[in-house]
Amino acid sequence: MTGSATAPHRELGLTDSEYDGICERLGREPNALELAVFSLMWSEHCAYKHSRKLLRELPTDGPYVLMGPGENAGVVDIGDGLAVAFKVESHNHPSAVEPFQGAATGVGGILRDVFAVGARPIAVLDSLRFGELDSARSRYLFDWAVKGIGHYGNSIGVPTVGGEVYFEGPYEQNCLVNAMCVGVARRARLIRSAAAGVGNEVVLLGARTGRDGIGGASVLASAELSEEDASKRPSVQIGDPFEESKLLECCLELLDRGAVAALQDLGAAGLSSSSSEMASKGGVGIDVDVSRVPLREADMEPFEIMISESQERMLCVAEPRRLPELLEVCDRWEVRATPIGAVTDTGRLRVLDGDEVVGDMPVTALVDECPLYDLEPEPPPGPIYPTPPERLPRGSGATQTLLALLASASIASKRFAFEQYDSIVGSRTARRPQIADAAVLTLAGDGGSGALAVSIDGNGRRAACDPYTGAAEAVLECARNLACVGAEPLGLTNCLNFGNPEKPHIAWQLTRAVAGLRDACLELGVPVVGGNVSLYNEGAEGPIYPTPIVGMVGKLPDPETVPRLGFAEEGHAVALLGPFAPALEGSELEKLRGGLADCLPRVDLQAQADALVRLSGVVREGRLATVHDVSDGGLACALAECCIGGGVGARIELPETSEADLFGEGPGGVVIAGPRAAVEAVQGAVVVGSVGGGALEIAGTLTVPVAELARVYEGAIPAALTR
Amino acid sequence: MKFGVVRFPGSCDEVDALLACRRFGEAELLWHRDRDLRGVDAVVIPGGFSYGDYLRAGAIARFAPVMGSVVEFARDGGPVLGICNGFQVLCEAGLLPGALLPNRSLRFVCRQVEVVVENRDTPFTRACEQGERLSVPVKHQTGRYFAPGIAPEQVVLRYAPGQNPNGAQDDIAGVCGPEGNVVGLMPHPEHAVDPLTGSADGGRLFESVAMVAVA
Repeated sequence: MTGSATAPHRELGLTDSEYDGICERLGREPNALELAVFSLMWSEHCAYKHSRKLLRELPTDGPYVLMGPGENAGVVDIGDGLAVAFKVESHNHPSAVEPFQGAATGVGGILRDVFAVGARPIAVLDSLRFGELDSARSRYLFDWAVKGIGHYGNSIGVPTVGGEVYFEGPYEQNCLVNAMCVGVARRARLIRSAAAGVGNEVVLLGARTGRDGIGGASVLASAELSEEDASKRPSVQIGDPFEESKLLECCLELLDRGAVAALQDLGAAGLSSSSSEMASKGGVGIDVDVSRVPLREADMEPFEIMISESQERMLCVAEPRRLPELLEVCDRWEVRATPIGAVTDTGRLRVLDGDEVVGDMPVTALVDECPLYDLEPEPPPGPIYPTPPERLPRGSGATQTLLALLASASIASKRFAFEQYDSIVGSRTARRPQIADAAVLTLAGDGGSGALAVSIDGNGRRAACDPYTGAAEAVLECARNLACVGAEPLGLTNCLNFGNPEKPHIAWQLTRAVAGLRDACLELGVPVVGGNVSLYNEGAEGPIYPTPIVGMVGKLPDPETVPRLGFAEEGHAVALLGPFAPALEGSELEKLRGGLADCLPRVDLQAQADALVRLSGVVREGRLATVHDVSDGGLACALAECCIGGGVGARIELPETSEADLFGEGPGGVVIAGPRAAVEAVQGAVVVGSVGGGALEIAGTLTVPVAELARVYEGAIPAALTR
Repeated sequence: MKFGVVRFPGSCDEVDALLACRRFGEAELLWHRDRDLRGVDAVVIPGGFSYGDYLRAGAIARFAPVMGSVVEFARDGGPVLGICNGFQVLCEAGLLPGALLPNRSLRFVCRQVEVVVENRDTPFTRACEQGERLSVPVKHQTGRYFAPGIAPEQVVLRYAPGQNPNGAQDDIAGVCGPEGNVVGLMPHPEHAVDPLTGSADGGRLFESVAMVAVA
């Protein structure tokens, strides 16, 4: 069987040696159902077979960590008997095939990961990448992905409070949709996914099972995209946020009552992965009777039932004596609840169809024994990405350059997107999108003190220039956004979006990026509590930019004194904080000029980490009105954003006004403003001017009315979409 | 003074509304399957997507058991406030005139807007001044109010000039029934009860009804 070119296991994405390994573990050849289950459990998406060894390098321990990688979501202690759960996950390939449902179910999936640990979701953030907006395909993907995110988040009543969007050529065919969810739980309500208690009932909650998403994990997430993607549309799941809303409330009530012993969401590979992973963690076995699973279509085969990725389903384990109460709660919430099996002491996942055993596999073989591969990294001999088209001629004046940068879709206001998201439901959003560098969510309603700050960041183009530094900078940028609102990071989640890791230069990008993440996390003392890897993001045109996305949650003591990013008052002093050594390599200006550097300036991680501690300390004193980090487009763009945000100008005199000083990028720069005495008291602050007037004036360089800055900044994306 | 906030499956803002009401009186949730209004003095139908709103916004919720009691309560003169999806439900239930159509942009919109109090002769606007401007957020996809020939005195709130977020007829943001005791509005006053989260202006509406109940 292994010799045939059309062998079923190859069509399912398994290698011959993987197939032999399966036969060895079973002591026989698998039947069709078992092969389907193995092919998914041993796919890149479920088994992380090309990245797991690498991910072991990341620091995962910290004094506040309650649950680390391996659970449905990472969980960190935030005091007052409360914990915060969070995770970021990709839904890239489904979104490239069908952006509305792909993005919507990406949100639905990450919400379930968070309430599966017993936390109530309080915020969604998203990180999106598309091709340039002069492409009709990119406009379509962007427009519909945004609609999809809004559709799910708005309908379920969880606010979408932040995110980021970049538009770059290499994402043209393979867009990225990463969604992050943050939830809050009483520590006492937290629950793990390990099945326990031989004889306990295994109960399926939520939607009926249909044929949607069959094989999604292997078909979509673990192979490169090709031209036949339209034929994959049936592999994209359909989301039903109403069903999930009921499921969420129902699960949280079950946990409040202590009626379930373990809980797990059904994601990739559906019942196969959820049941075997629960059994693996608990060191037990599980019997599942597919004839008891409520179906949307009557004639489904047992293997289809086991691998269906129908959305809005959860699996729980409950003691038989709690079953009546469980069913009563589910009935009240109009959530379907069906006992479909039992916990056993066999260590095997047995699939029954009534009385007939149709599959019988060792749980450890499914979950823990997928072969892990060493990457074979090799630095590329030359550039692997085409240079972007030139959009701004060299020699353009400072005013023209600033306006071109503000009009660049990656820098311009994302109001078009975030106004389509409910950012306020839950009554805890103290800083909405584009008001501060991080979203701020109060904890008063949970009986907690202070507030959480959340942000999600990454810059694929900079990582393409230098994967190590680009990844480290993503961590620093995220931490700096938190520091700008006075928060100290508690934990980090990441999503590694890369091309095909079997290719040596992609393996090199991945290896270098993970090293950058590791070193930055170690320097900041921030543990990685969970995340996701999305590989094979490439098509005929080549790979995407290497795109490590970092999400962070931090805590701050007093939401009332959190500064905004806009200038607040005429007469306030404006100053810069560092260490900041801006350079044009990897900057947006370099891109507009058609360049792509092959390295980035080295970053002193220790100096950056020390500066962040000082920054959050200064912000917490509550005397600054304005704090905004210098990011894409450099200092001039940051100052322009401060003016636009406050609707007021500023008169600035910079010590140096080279192009790198004005538009260069790099970590560490922060603009602060406030009463002069407060600003001058900040250690290391270099006062560069004051707030006032109706224009941004940078002495000897440019003077642009704030209304003009705002018109360009706010108008760019709507204009690009209506061409 | 006790508020009752109806909770349908798919409601999103019921807890927000409950917390807002509790700033001005007692409040409890009313379950969609219960006909008993538990002796409340005012009813709030909150925002969200009741029963998923897959058919037409508010079209299914009007048939919920609790709505039979709410209609009776309203016919007896009890103060009823529908916010966003609640407004849609009250229109579907025939307690308010007109209908809510998809936004002109065909997109969901979440934005802080200013509304002008046009009619202070309702239980929910009594504490306001005529012409007072309130800063309150909107967040909806189906908020374009349409009611040809609506009586001017039934217009309770209008979007401030230039701030109509959805293409509503005559900038109408909120209306009342013929007796004035039933009010529906697209903006979310329950999300404007604390300056920390944006504004406290929406509290005026809850304050109004609490004031009436005491008087």
